Amino acid sequence: MIKKVTPHLSQNEALIFERSSPGKKAYQLPELDVPPVDAAEALGAGNVRREIEGFPEVSEVEAIRHFTRLSTWNYAIDYGMYPLGSCTMKYNPRINELVARTEGLAWAHPYQPEALAQGCMEVMARLEAALAEITGMDAVTLQPAAGAHGELTGILLIRALLEKRGNARKKILIPDSAHGTNPATAAIAGYAVENIKSSETGGVDVCALEQLVDKDVAALMVTNPNTLGVFENNIVAVSEILHRKGALLYMDGANMNALVGIARPGDFGVDVMHLNLHKTFSTPHGGGGPGAGPVAVKKILEPFLPTPRLKRSGKKWAFDYKRPRSIGRVKAFYGNFGVLVRALAYILAHGGPGLRNATVDAVLNAVYIRKALEPYFDLPYSSPNMHEVVFSDDRQAKAGVRTGDIAKRLIDYGFHPYTVSFPLIVHGALMIEPTETEGKLELDQFIDAMMSIAKEVETDPQLVKNAPYSTRTSRVDETTAARKPVLRWKPA
Amino acid sequence: MLDACGAANAEELFAHLPEDVRLDRPLNLAPGISEYEIVRYFRDRADECANGYASFLGAGVYNHFRPVLVDTVVSRGEFLTSYTPYQAEISQGTLTTIFEFQTMICQLTGMDVANASMYDGSTAVPEAAMMTVRATGKGRVLVARSVHPEYRQVLATYSKYQGMPVAEFGYNAESGALDLEDLERQIDDLTAAVIIQTPNFFGIVESVKTAAEIAHRKGALLVVLFTEAVSLGILEPPADADIVAGELQSFAIPPSYGGPYAGIIATKEKLIRQVPGRLVGQTTDSRGNRAFCLTLATREQHIRREKATSNICTNQALIALMATVYMTVYGKQGLRELAEQNLAKAHYLGSKLNRRFTGNYFNELVARAPEEKNKTLLKKKIVGGLPLGRFYPELADCQLLCATEMTRRADMDTVAEVLA
Repeated sequence: MIKKVTPHLSQNEALIFERSSPGKKAYQLPELDVPPVDAAEALGAGNVRREIEGFPEVSEVEAIRHFTRLSTWNYAIDYGMYPLGSCTMKYNPRINELVARTEGLAWAHPYQPEALAQGCMEVMARLEAALAEITGMDAVTLQPAAGAHGELTGILLIRALLEKRGNARKKILIPDSAHGTNPATAAIAGYAVENIKSSETGGVDVCALEQLVDKDVAALMVTNPNTLGVFENNIVAVSEILHRKGALLYMDGANMNALVGIARPGDFGVDVMHLNLHKTFSTPHGGGGPGAGPVAVKKILEPFLPTPRLKRSGKKWAFDYKRPRSIGRVKAFYGNFGVLVRALAYILAHGGPGLRNATVDAVLNAVYIRKALEPYFDLPYSSPNMHEVVFSDDRQAKAGVRTGDIAKRLIDYGFHPYTVSFPLIVHGALMIEPTETEGKLELDQFIDAMMSIAKEVETDPQLVKNAPYSTRTSRVDETTAARKPVLRWKPA
Repeated sequence: MLDACGAANAEELFAHLPEDVRLDRPLNLAPGISEYEIVRYFRDRADECANGYASFLGAGVYNHFRPVLVDTVVSRGEFLTSYTPYQAEISQGTLTTIFEFQTMICQLTGMDVANASMYDGSTAVPEAAMMTVRATGKGRVLVARSVHPEYRQVLATYSKYQGMPVAEFGYNAESGALDLEDLERQIDDLTAAVIIQTPNFFGIVESVKTAAEIAHRKGALLVVLFTEAVSLGILEPPADADIVAGELQSFAIPPSYGGPYAGIIATKEKLIRQVPGRLVGQTTDSRGNRAFCLTLATREQHIRREKATSNICTNQALIALMATVYMTVYGKQGLRELAEQNLAKAHYLGSKLNRRFTGNYFNELVARAPEEKNKTLLKKKIVGGLPLGRFYPELADCQLLCATEMTRRADMDTVAEVLA
C-alpha cells in the first residue's frame, strides 16, 4: 500500500526558448542619466555583436510560471525524507537564508577596505574557531569551495610539508570504500593512487597497512566513519603506523555529522581533514551546490595553508598575505562566504549541546532503520553503524531485481531513493542516511515502503523493475543520452 | 525507538567507540540562541561593513541590480533543498534548468557545449588549462599578465604538481591590451594553451581573433576568460577560442564578500570528452517523452576515480540557476540594453578621469589616481577603485574603477572631482 503520496496534476512546460516570442520582456531599466555612447565607436566596429540568437524573450509572468512549473518536477527535503547516503540531506533552516541576505554582508565586495569589512572577517574568524573546536584541530582555512576542493587543498598541504622535509613521496593510499573524489584528487596533486582492500569488517586492515606503508607513501585518505557508516575502531593504530613511517593521515570529513560532539578527529590522530558545510552544517544543497569545504589542520601544517590568512592586528582583523611557505591560493578571494554565514548561523542556533543532540538523533535514526529492515535486506557488514546503514540487494537480485530498481520503486512510495551502488565494496549497495531531521512517523513510513517493496520483489518482480509509474517522467533512457549527446537546445 | 534499537539510552549507541577516541567533555561552544538573536548578530556584523556606501570596485566582482524574480525562484524549496539530480525521474526541474543554462551559455559565448558550472571563474582557469594538456598532449601554458591576478595565482597552485609549467606574457604599456609581440616571442611548439581575458583585468577589450591565430599557428589551444558576463551582451562572442571559461557573478549573484559564485567552461564539439564536471543531456523516457539526465559520466570522478577529467563533484547548481533566471529576465533585448547602459556610464566616468590606457574599454578603466585620495572618498561614503600596486608594481599610482547601471551620475562627478 502506498500511503505517503497521491498523484496530482503536474503542469506541462516547454523549454524557455520554445516559449519565447519576439519583443517580449520581463525587465525594466532606469532612464540613463548620462549621455548614450555609440558602441561601435567605443568598442571598435568589429567587436560589437549582433543579437544573441535564440536567447529568451518572455514576459515576467511567463518567466515565473516557467520556473515555478519546473520546480514542481523536483523532489526535495521540503517534501519529505531524502535518505541519499553520504550526502546528509538534512533540513535547511530558513533563518540561514535570511541572514545570508543581510544587506551589508550580501553586498560586501571582497576588495572593500579591511576597515570596512570587519563584520565579514569576524564571521569568518568565529566560524574558524568553532570548526577548530568541533574537529579538535589547530587551524582552519575557509577558502575551498566544496569537499573535493578541500581534499585537493589538504593533499597539497601534505605535499608541501613533505617537500620541506626533503621528499614529497610518491603515492597516496586510499581504501576501496572511498568516495571517487579521493583518488581523483590525489591524481591532480600529482600522486599515484594505491587502492587498499577493506578488511572483513569493512574497515582499514591494520596488518595490511603495516605492510603497505613505506617511504613512498605520503598519506592515507580515510573516511571516518567510513562509507559503510562504520567507525574505524583502529584509527589510533592507523595514525601511529603512518606517523612512525613519516606519512600523514588525511580524513575525508563527509561523515563528520556522525561525530560532532562525540569524538574529534584531532584527538584520534588525524593531521588534516575537510568538512562539507553543506552536509554536516546544513547549508542547502541547492540541486548540486554551492558548497564549502573548509580544511582543518594540525599545527605542523599551518604554515602551508592558503593565502591570505585572517590575523588579529590590535583591535582589528586583517588579512596576512606574507606567508612564504603557503601552497598559494586555491580560489579567488576568501571562500564561499555566503555559505560560511549559513553554517555559522546553524552553529549559533544549535550551540554545543544542540550540535551533539543532532549527532545522537542522526545515529539513532540510522540504527532504527537498520534494525527494522535487517530481516528484509542483506546486511553484508554487521559492525555497529553510525549515521547511515548499507544493505546489499543480494536477496532481491535472485529475483532479478537490483538496487537501482528498488530505488525507482521507492519513488512511487513518495521518497527520494537512497544512494545506489555505492560504496563499491558492497555488491548492489543500498546506502541509507536518514539524518536527524526525520521523526518517527516519517521513518516508519519509509520502513513500511521498503518492506512493501521487498514483498513486491517476491510476488511481482516485474512491477519493481518497471518503476516508477506515478512520476510525470517514467524511467529515463540514460544510455542513449550518453551515446548521442544532445547537450543544448537548437531551433527545430 | 531506543527499545527497537535494543538500547537503554542514546549513549549506548556510541558504546562501540573506543574509549580513547571519545570526547569526554562538552564542546566548548555557547548554548544555542533564538532566531531573533541570530538575526541581531548578523545585522550587527553587517553594520561593521561598508553598509550604504556607493562603490566603484569591480575587478572581477560587479555591482549589478538583482531582479526580484531571481530570489523568488531560488528560494523555492524544490530548487533549494534538492541535490545533484542523480534520480532523473524526480529531478526534471533541476535537469531542465541546467539544460537551459548550458544552452544560454553556448548562445552567449559562441561555443558548442557548456558544462553545468564550475566553482567560480578562478578555478575554471586551471580546469581549462588541464583540458588543453589532455587534448594536445603538450604541457606548457602561457597566460597573459592582464588576466585577473588572483586567477593566475590559482592557476599557479594547481599547475605546480601537474607537470604544467606556466609562463606569463605582458600587456602593451600604452593600450593596456595584449602584448602580441611578447606572445609571439614566448609561444613555442610545447605550448598547450594560451590564456587571455576579455575585457581584461584593466577593462580593455582584447582581439580574440589575433590571439587565436597566433596560438593555432603553433598548435596551441586558446582559452578565453571573462569576469564581466554583462559584456557578452554587446561584445562579439569569443567564437575563435577553443575553450571559454568565465565567471557569472554579474548575473544576479550577490558579491557576498567573494563567493559563492559560479564559473563556466564552454568549448567546441571536439573537446566534449575533456570537459570537467556535470553535463546534462536530452533523451527520452520509456513512454517516449522528452526527458533530461546527467550524462557522459564516464569523464567523472565517481566512475573514473583517479583517471577522471577533474575531481569536482558538488558545484554551483543553485548559483547557476540564479544566472539562468537572470538571463531569462533580461533576455535578448535586455542584456543588450543593460550592456549599453554599463558602457555609457563607464565612458562618462572615463571621460572625466586621467585614463592610464588607450585601449577600448567596457565598464572598467584604469585611472592615474593615488590610493590616498580614496580616503577623501570614504568620508563621502564612497568606496573608490582598487589600487593596483599590490598586483602591478608598475601601476602603483593607478587604480581600477568600475561603473555599472547602478552607478549614479552624482557619485561619478564626486569621484572625478576628488581623483582628477
